[in-house]
Amino acid sequence: MIENETIEATENEIVEEFSLFDSWDDKYEYIIDLGKRLDSLADQYKLDENRVRGCQSTVYLAADYADGKVFFQADSDSVIVKGLISMLIRVLSGHSPDEITEAKLDFIREIGMMTHLAQTRSNGLLAMVKQMKNYALAYKIKHTSTI
Amino acid sequence: MNASVTMEKSLDVFAIRKQFPVLNRKVKGKPLVYLDNAATTQKPQVVTDALVNYYSGYNANIHRGIHTLAEEATLAFENTRDMVQQFINAESREQIIFTRGATEGINLVAYTWGRQNIQAGDEILISTMEHHSNIVPWQMLCQERDAVLKIIPINDQGELLMDAYEKLLSPKTKLVAIVHVSNSLGTVNPVHQIIESAHKVGAVVLFDGAQSTVHLDVDVQEMDCEFFVFSAHKLYGPTGVGILYGKKHLLESMPPFLGGGEMIKEVSFEKTTYNDLPYKFEAGTPNIADVIALSAALNFINLTGKELIRKHENVLLKYATAQLEKIHGLRIIGGAKEKISVVSFVIDKLHPQDIGILLDNAGIAVRTGHHCTQPLMDRFGIPGTIRASFAVYNTKEEIDILVTGLHKAIKMLA
Repeated sequence: MIENETIEATENEIVEEFSLFDSWDDKYEYIIDLGKRLDSLADQYKLDENRVRGCQSTVYLAADYADGKVFFQADSDSVIVKGLISMLIRVLSGHSPDEITEAKLDFIREIGMMTHLAQTRSNGLLAMVKQMKNYALAYKIKHTSTI
Repeated sequence: MNASVTMEKSLDVFAIRKQFPVLNRKVKGKPLVYLDNAATTQKPQVVTDALVNYYSGYNANIHRGIHTLAEEATLAFENTRDMVQQFINAESREQIIFTRGATEGINLVAYTWGRQNIQAGDEILISTMEHHSNIVPWQMLCQERDAVLKIIPINDQGELLMDAYEKLLSPKTKLVAIVHVSNSLGTVNPVHQIIESAHKVGAVVLFDGAQSTVHLDVDVQEMDCEFFVFSAHKLYGPTGVGILYGKKHLLESMPPFLGGGEMIKEVSFEKTTYNDLPYKFEAGTPNIADVIALSAALNFINLTGKELIRKHENVLLKYATAQLEKIHGLRIIGGAKEKISVVSFVIDKLHPQDIGILLDNAGIAVRTGHHCTQPLMDRFGIPGTIRASFAVYNTKEEIDILVTGLHKAIKMLA
């Protein structure tokens, strides 16, 4: 991620990258590759409280807070879901709670992955986005109330 | 139809496919290969026509109206009841109760017969391979009544351990509720032995026929079960309609499930007298259109011939099993001797969901996940399977497309 790049700018980058693909096969090959390259989550984060339950695959999502920014790590037993998460992390990680909670994430629709977002029961991608925003909101509340 | 004649005939699958408009569509630019029939079957044009004809020709509320439309709608609605009675060979039409689905049928029995008959310490037997619909209502009942839910184990092939079943049976057993055909494995359970043994200890038997009714000949009198439930949408009919069959003396002694219109004889604020069977259990305006359209689906099955359909599906199952077994790293889950129309499998190191997504990308519809049978998946130590399930309109060519699709998906994910 380029330092200080906005969420929208990263979204646009991804949309541009996807516009190069001719076929759905290419898109999925790319997502699978992203999934394989995303680091596995350390066991210490694989806690029940970090688990986002979908109907089919298991997703772990952990968040840290430093210098006013939220950083995400995640893992899944489905490599395609992991690839999709990898894109969400690329877009959202390293931003302030406000930026994260306000992110529209239109890129998901624009790259044709809306079905994965809508199928909440099958892979919990929507649950993932919600969880990421919840983390951001929680950090925001925690750090504004203590000031 | 004469059985020996039927055996010699074979199914004209291309003529049949023409009756299902959805099979012409493309998915992700490729011809649809629909192999998710255990979830729901596609509908022949006659079923859609029946729905349209009802709404555009004689839409009316039934049973109470004296006008022509109401009479026509009532006749058509009640005609389906007669057809269902014949379809499962029930003793009388009064024993055919329309519900919203198989799930509601099971819940109806749990709430009425169950609350009337299950006491503290009583036992209900179900099996490891039950759909959640045949687990949760009994769990709820057992919790409420302090009764005990006992589970019949299965072997590695996905067959009931009948010795264990016999041992679980006792005078405490009040109900045995078992799936006729497993939606996850395709296992056909031995109904006669299950029922005979249950009856010896005085237990009532409910069969969940959601998967079986479209494939097997169901004769509830010959089976001698107390209750049998199934749903229309898994037998080429519309969604939102299920059937509960019950033995007459039980249905008569059971209290109503829901209160409201249709299920009453007389109502005053002091007392209500309930209607006779089957209306006692059909409160409110029923799903008239879909019940009427179910008769078109039953007609379709009767005209095609269940035996021919079954023969065709068995050929597909055998072919699919042989072709899938050749795929390196693929393991079929469920190898029962008696098995129909479903092949469930896992592939080494690959997540079923990833396979499902990539197959969809190739126009192939399968189901992945736990198929609403989580305890069964736990029994096999897997999070879920990939399930291909067959219907009358499927072809060997489609299975070849599935196999090609699997090879490609494995290559992409490896």
